[in-house]
Amino acid sequence: MKSILLSTVAVAMTATLALADGHSVVRMGTEGAYPPYNFINDAGDVDGFERELGDELCVRAELTCEWVKNDWDSIIPNLVSSNYDTIMAGMSITDERDEVIDFTQDYFPPTASAYVGASDGADWENGVVAAQTATIQAGHIAEGSATLVEFATPEETVAAVRNGEADAVFADADYLAPLVEASGGDLVFIGPDVPLGGGVGMGLRESDTELKEKFDAAITSMKEDGTLNTLLVKWFGEGTAQY
Amino acid sequence: MFSYCTDPDALDRLRWLSCYLTTGVHFSFYLSFLKVIGILAVTAPVALAFGFFGAMSARSSIAPVSWLGKGYIAVVRGVPDIAFFLFFVIALDQGFEWLRHQALCPDWTDPIRQGNDFLVCPQAKLPLGTAPQAVHQTYAFGLAVVTFALVFGAFAANVIFGAMRAVPKAQLETAEAYGMSPRQTFWRILVPQMWVYALPGLSNLWQVLIKATPLLFLLGIEDVVYWARELGGTKTARFTAYPHGDWRMWYFLALLVFYLFMTWGSEKILSRLMTRLTRGQATTGGEAQRRGAAA
Repeated sequence: MKSILLSTVAVAMTATLALADGHSVVRMGTEGAYPPYNFINDAGDVDGFERELGDELCVRAELTCEWVKNDWDSIIPNLVSSNYDTIMAGMSITDERDEVIDFTQDYFPPTASAYVGASDGADWENGVVAAQTATIQAGHIAEGSATLVEFATPEETVAAVRNGEADAVFADADYLAPLVEASGGDLVFIGPDVPLGGGVGMGLRESDTELKEKFDAAITSMKEDGTLNTLLVKWFGEGTAQY
Repeated sequence: MFSYCTDPDALDRLRWLSCYLTTGVHFSFYLSFLKVIGILAVTAPVALAFGFFGAMSARSSIAPVSWLGKGYIAVVRGVPDIAFFLFFVIALDQGFEWLRHQALCPDWTDPIRQGNDFLVCPQAKLPLGTAPQAVHQTYAFGLAVVTFALVFGAFAANVIFGAMRAVPKAQLETAEAYGMSPRQTFWRILVPQMWVYALPGLSNLWQVLIKATPLLFLLGIEDVVYWARELGGTKTARFTAYPHGDWRMWYFLALLVFYLFMTWGSEKILSRLMTRLTRGQATTGGEAQRRGAAA
């Protein structure tokens, strides 16, 4: 009896030790408002391309992962102060962000951003264009001749076009495509597609090099055996860019 | 939820709605109402206690204690709520972690601040990185209560401080003449009488507190406003079984009704409390009650 107790204690202790070592549970931060990248499904869970990809990466890197939602506005500050360990939120790799946090290699090829307006004639060049705050799209509009209006969530940027507050919305083409499709002609793609950013990658703290290497290796293995392409086609359709 | 919900597209309007309103994600929405009410129920008494002690120390005859009380009232009332929520909570959280780091990991050699990163040893993290999400949420809830209590405590302290000064001097002098010690005068004469002067100010604070709960999302707590925005947003058929357009207006209408109901309810309770506190007081209200009873 005593030996059984002792061995249970020993097992329990090694279990705690194993848990205390570094990243036993990796907390994955996401926005949950940017389908098909990430969104909240009917059951109330995080779902989407990044959810499926992230779970697979965690399996390959032999990590236990947990998903956490956070506002886009404060998604980088909360990573830096260690409220979670990674960001998978359709975040494009840019130099400005790279100064504050680190990125893995891209798991989504450099994206095309697109304009959507209420009609073909909408003025995306010099009119009022809506974009989400602190995105590469907002940065692009700010440099051009159009007037930029920023919104905290992607939903609000599209709503601004619907209610006439803005002439066009500028966002990732993949985010806009399902909305245009479902709008029944109320929303149309206008203007040219604009390639922006260095692809979408997973964000991590600069000090977290070990975790970054693990995820980098997992992404490489998914690129090599073609499973990443399968996921891309599943969530973004046949026409999407692949590796 | 219901057995007929397997194919929402084939349903008539009413049944579709009954399925739609009982999805898992909607239960998170309903739960967030309880969360807001819970936060109010915990915060209000704690803030009142903060206010009471703040006012007590501001009135103190010992100079440093009085400075402390007055300083708390002045500083916290002066700082905007949003700045307080963003700065103070992160500072508080990091302060706790720093203390635990010093106690638990004495041989840790890496610097805690590396550029932008704030890094303590894994054992010092609050909550532990291994803790389930529920613990993280409870911790955030606790931080929210402390912050709300501190902010609203300062306002309450100011109200109570003023109310204590509004109690007629003659009452206190009479108590003294009867031979009561300052402590007895305070607890037996001053405190019971000051509530009637404090209540209008405190009821204002309560109403402001009810409306301030959306600030919680800054702390990562998913409150009613977050869910209303999330659920009301356009949903396309590819990502949900219940596609709909921009329904945020309806969700916010529901919030409006909720907040109005809260205001109406607390208004009722507060006016009852006022009647109760006025009884036997040397105020015009108390005098009116006495006359009414006599007639």
